[in-house]
Amino acid sequence: MKYFGLVWRNAWRKKIRTSLTILSVFVAFLLFALLSAFGHAFKYGVEAADAERLIIIDKISLINLLPIAYQNRIKATEGVHSVTHSTWFGGYYQEPRNQFPQFPVDPHEYFAMYPEFKMPEEQFEAWVKNRTGAVVGRELADSFGWEVGDRIPIQATIWTKADGGRTWEFDIEGIFASDDPRGSSALFLFQYDYFDEARAFGQGLVGWYILRVERGADPVQVQNAIDTQFENSRNQTETSTEAAFAQSFAKQFGNIALIVTLILGAVFFTLLLVSGNTMSQSVRERISELAVLKTLGFGDRTVLGIVLSESILIMLIGGLLGIGVGWFVTRGIAVAAGAFLPGVYFSPTAILASIALMVGAGVAAGIFPALQAMRLSIIDALARA
Amino acid sequence: MTDILARLEGVSRTYQKGKERVEVLHNLDLQIPQGDFIAIMGPSGSGKTTLLNLIGGLDRPTAGTINVGGAELTSMSNSKVSHWRSTHIGFIFQFYNLLPVLTAQKNVELPLLLTSFNAKERAERAAIALDIVGLADRARHYPRELSGGEEQRVAIARAIVSDPSLLLCDEPTGDLDRETADEILRLMQILNREHGKTIIMVTHDAQAAEFANRTLHCDKGTLEAREAA
Ligand SMILES: Nc1ncnc2c1ncn2[C@@H]1O[C@H](COP(=O)(O)OP(=O)(O)O)[C@@H](O)[C@H]1O
Ligand SMILES: [Mg+2]
Repeated sequence: MKYFGLVWRNAWRKKIRTSLTILSVFVAFLLFALLSAFGHAFKYGVEAADAERLIIIDKISLINLLPIAYQNRIKATEGVHSVTHSTWFGGYYQEPRNQFPQFPVDPHEYFAMYPEFKMPEEQFEAWVKNRTGAVVGRELADSFGWEVGDRIPIQATIWTKADGGRTWEFDIEGIFASDDPRGSSALFLFQYDYFDEARAFGQGLVGWYILRVERGADPVQVQNAIDTQFENSRNQTETSTEAAFAQSFAKQFGNIALIVTLILGAVFFTLLLVSGNTMSQSVRERISELAVLKTLGFGDRTVLGIVLSESILIMLIGGLLGIGVGWFVTRGIAVAAGAFLPGVYFSPTAILASIALMVGAGVAAGIFPALQAMRLSIIDALARA
Repeated sequence: MTDILARLEGVSRTYQKGKERVEVLHNLDLQIPQGDFIAIMGPSGSGKTTLLNLIGGLDRPTAGTINVGGAELTSMSNSKVSHWRSTHIGFIFQFYNLLPVLTAQKNVELPLLLTSFNAKERAERAAIALDIVGLADRARHYPRELSGGEEQRVAIARAIVSDPSLLLCDEPTGDLDRETADEILRLMQILNREHGKTIIMVTHDAQAAEFANRTLHCDKGTLEAREAA
């Protein structure tokens, strides 16, 4: 790239103007990196979902609880392979900002339902034996520095104990990891039997059911069969695939995502105006210099390439700085808030996409000035000088 | 008989100025021998610049043919002419036309970017060219740090760096004081005599024209170039 020196020097012809343009490119791509990382978090639950798992919730509201008695009836429905349940505990560790999902579950059923969660056999056995035992995901254990054997107090926000206490203490008996890279293991799981006995109210109620469809069975038929079965019960049910469930959960963020996308669109539109203006000013200022290059024998395409490269260079400088800072920031967020909002990740695909966007924006901002430079008539330009 | 470097036959150039057609050059025949140093004089607007532009392939005649060093410019494509110019023609302008963002050295290297020389070879050749014009010690200076005469020397170095056979100079001393102008003209004489460059120089200045081997007068623009008496 022997023209690089020339392109570089030209790009810095007006230092302040170039710096300001680069700054606006920087901001746009920083924003892009952050939004892409959060977007990843929203899509993430959907991607991690298993098509053969269905979720059953109360038809009226996710918050309404379902009777534990439903489990056997669901189990008996045709096409159902296995079923288990889970409940939102909604506590926190030490401070309210340390929130993460805690679920009272049946250990055997739950781990059978989620085979992607892996933990040493002896840890699992120890958990089963200890009524107040809990197992936690690797991500969660790492973010709080927990180890097997630790006694962890969880402050309840919903579930007071029968003795009136709000502090539930659990012994960490095991740490599990997800071997599905898309899945989060930022969970805190403890025994439903203990929970049901010790809670002040709500005995015999669970948050939702998770079922696995039998191989070969049609999930839609199973879904309908279950919902029909409970049509006349006190709690009607709504069954959906895990993916659909995650999607409806993510939909709450969907509108925010749309607004953010619109903002991002506006930012990039402005960016194109700003940098396009910079480029056309820059070309206008050096009409005679471009004519001199042509006089020296620089071809039309070479001149086009030089101007276009300058525009792309400015985008790349600002853009790479932007996504570089964005990468560090999103990593920081992922570490700090990973348990609460898993999946914040500025992926390699998004990085490649943003680099393509930089080149694209560089071309878009530079193409008209570059064409102007290319079409420049030497004699007119020199006569004007 | 000396070789003819440039041959113009029946060259006309008309410009459209609004509704008016201005014939700047009319049916011009001209032969420039290899190794010559020619001054072209004439009033403003008589077509001197137009003539240089045509010989250098920056412009095309409305009629006639132009042959420079065996190349039939009038039948070549724009990109061919452009490439040809980079190796056969050196241009020198009244206002130097250096790129302000580049050092003297880098300005001189510019034409070599179009060659296959590598960075080291480009730097070496530019250094030699700067040495010939007596500015070896100014290589790292930017144009704004140079005097007018020095800028013109850098421009001359840039014009000769790819070793073209023909130098086209449009009022090269028009913006310089007498003394500096004479230095530049002496440098051009050296390029002509010792380096074998053929030079066509447009000038307003009769004293400058005396440095040339002969002077052509461009009269009234629309007519022809004739030998001075
Ligand atoms: N690109 C152009 N378009 C229209 N008229 C032009 C153009 N270039 C030169 N002319 C006209 O041609 C005439 C000769 O111009 P020029 O060759 O620059 O003269 P000189 O260099 O002798 O002063 C002038 O009248 C000028 O206005
Ligand atoms: Mg002129």
